[in-house]
Amino acid sequence: MTYTPITDTERLLSLDEPLQLLTPDGRRRHDPQLDEWADDLDATALRGLYRDMAIARRVDAEGVALQRQGQLGLWAPAQGQEAVQIGTARACRRDDFLFPSYRELGVLLVRGAAPADTVLTWRGEVPSTFDPYALDVAPPQIIIGAQSLHAVGYAMGIQRDETDQVAVAYFGDGATSQGDVNEAMVFASSFASPVVFVCSNNQWAISEPVTVQAKHPIAGRAPGFGIPSLRVDGNDVIACTAAMRWALDHARSGEGPAFLEAVTYRMGPHTTSDDPTRYRSADDVEQWRARDPLTRLEAHLRSMDAFDDAFTAAVDADALAYTTEMRAAAIGAVTKPALALLDDVYATPHTGLAEQRAHFAAYLDGFADESASSEEVAG
Amino acid sequence: MTQLTMGKALGAGLRRAMADDDRVLLMGEDIGRLGGVFRITDGLLDEFGGKRVIDTPLAESGIVGTAVGLAFRGFRPVVEIQFDGFVYPAFDQIVCQVAKLHYRTRGRVKMPITIRIPWAGGVGAAEHHSESPEAYFVHTAGLRVVAVSNPQDAYTMLRQAIASDDPVVFFEPKRLYHSKGEVDLDAHLADAPPMGVARVVREGSDVTLLTYGAQVGVALDAATAAEDEGVSIEVIDLRSLSPVDYRTVTASVRKTGRVVVTHEAAREAGVAAELITSVTEKCFHYLEAAPVRVTGHDIPYPPAKLEKHHLPDLDRILDAVDRVLGRPNSLSEVVL
Repeated sequence: MTYTPITDTERLLSLDEPLQLLTPDGRRRHDPQLDEWADDLDATALRGLYRDMAIARRVDAEGVALQRQGQLGLWAPAQGQEAVQIGTARACRRDDFLFPSYRELGVLLVRGAAPADTVLTWRGEVPSTFDPYALDVAPPQIIIGAQSLHAVGYAMGIQRDETDQVAVAYFGDGATSQGDVNEAMVFASSFASPVVFVCSNNQWAISEPVTVQAKHPIAGRAPGFGIPSLRVDGNDVIACTAAMRWALDHARSGEGPAFLEAVTYRMGPHTTSDDPTRYRSADDVEQWRARDPLTRLEAHLRSMDAFDDAFTAAVDADALAYTTEMRAAAIGAVTKPALALLDDVYATPHTGLAEQRAHFAAYLDGFADESASSEEVAG
Repeated sequence: MTQLTMGKALGAGLRRAMADDDRVLLMGEDIGRLGGVFRITDGLLDEFGGKRVIDTPLAESGIVGTAVGLAFRGFRPVVEIQFDGFVYPAFDQIVCQVAKLHYRTRGRVKMPITIRIPWAGGVGAAEHHSESPEAYFVHTAGLRVVAVSNPQDAYTMLRQAIASDDPVVFFEPKRLYHSKGEVDLDAHLADAPPMGVARVVREGSDVTLLTYGAQVGVALDAATAAEDEGVSIEVIDLRSLSPVDYRTVTASVRKTGRVVVTHEAAREAGVAAELITSVTEKCFHYLEAAPVRVTGHDIPYPPAKLEKHHLPDLDRILDAVDRVLGRPNSLSEVVL
């Protein structure tokens, strides 16, 4: 619950600042606030988290490769952010409802998104893939920060239904400049709604460093709204899990919203259309590579004698199975017929669109006649 | 039948919708204890409690954005935007989220949100309190847009909007809030004309006059005045701006051959432009004259003392009627 304001802006990017349970070289640290939330994370649990992160990284790499090969129109790489995505999503109860941004690949994977779900929208085949009510995940949001309000509204619904679920809003450091995120915190605080805000501070909003969005640590804003917050090492999956458990427990117990700032780093470009060499140095990236969430957990597991070839082979096999299906789904995607683009605009018939549909269908029918007659000629 | 003002009819419609479906809830600024700045929600907080009548923080994007989240969970939020000119902060949530989520989720997530907007001018209000932003929403796929002109429609169409599985932007003319009319409070929704159907409010044979909202009354006055000069005007209250009921509209135009459209909103790329284009496409060979628009000027909404020169009045409508009839009018000598 306690938060010590950090006023030294020079320390904003300091890695030592955020709460940490696992050092970059894989040593387990203790933290009086977080320890109780990580007590049960034994080797089996940690291997599970490692597996999820490793698969997320492989799926992400496959997405980038598919884009480079022309199979996807775009991809938003999540490399480097696996710990916050997997740790926080794994900490949730299955019936907690999650509102991710477009970069929360790991969140989708934790909730059981199918391989095709990860590629068909980036390929431009469909506006979204999975059924939100099947995964209890909203379609990934592209409008920056808009989903934070949806999460709060959902949480207001939870209050009215008197269940003990929690809604989770995921967004990045750039989103914290948006009015919607700030309005979301006002609504959540005023109504004491069961929502957790997870800000993945990956240091970059495309080319703008976080210092353009925030002169003080982002976690420091939440208390001003009356929302308790924690600033955690976002590359430390144990800390992310523990902090999220604290936040969820706070929200679930009727205490109102909680806020996490997970300090991490976007190792790749903003999207496959971006060129980060124009705005950041390779040295910066290399510094963060040394704090990689997977290598530090691997080191920790090795120190526990819980990491061996059999384990990595099993993880590799799972990742390969998933990415193989993913690739097949992308390459084998069948683009819908033209008329389908008019589907699902309205839930009930709209006479104006119905007329447009009829006219477009008549137009398309003209081509059908043409191709039929040309086939006859060819035959 | 009961005599009610439009304001009271809207309140009765909300009360009925809330009684019929416990997933309906109201959100907005000052709608609870105060009953809304126009008192439309008067008494509903006491009747249904704070869980269903929510005084929200003063943030329009927040109101609509949280309504989206409630709709995700199966609620039917009815949002009150306090004044027309205050809807713009919510524009992003309305256009990018409310309007698109059904399409984005391929029909899996419904957005049965009603966005009530006290609307338009003629009430001597301060800046930003008299706007007619309807064209923005008509232009946005995924929304239904309606505008009411009388207490009975206010009561019935509000219930229909709330019952709709699509989002509805619901325009309430402020200057009619105190106008009275007969309302059948017991009518079954199934017996009422659908929300998307226009109504011929006065039959005529020479000119079709298309309008909606508070302009319906002005149009009827114009038709009465024209009758004295032997001109028969058919007045159509469109009621729904998305979709437009072109069946009713074209049937009238094919009969009269002449069209005038009037609305308070500015002219450029406005609703009248779309109506006239569609009518021309559908009825070109029936037209005896070029259709004419009578609209607000293409200006920011003017100060209250000048608004009477902005709002299309009876005389400006009759001048346009003269034009489509080829009679002397203010532009007779002007090359357009």
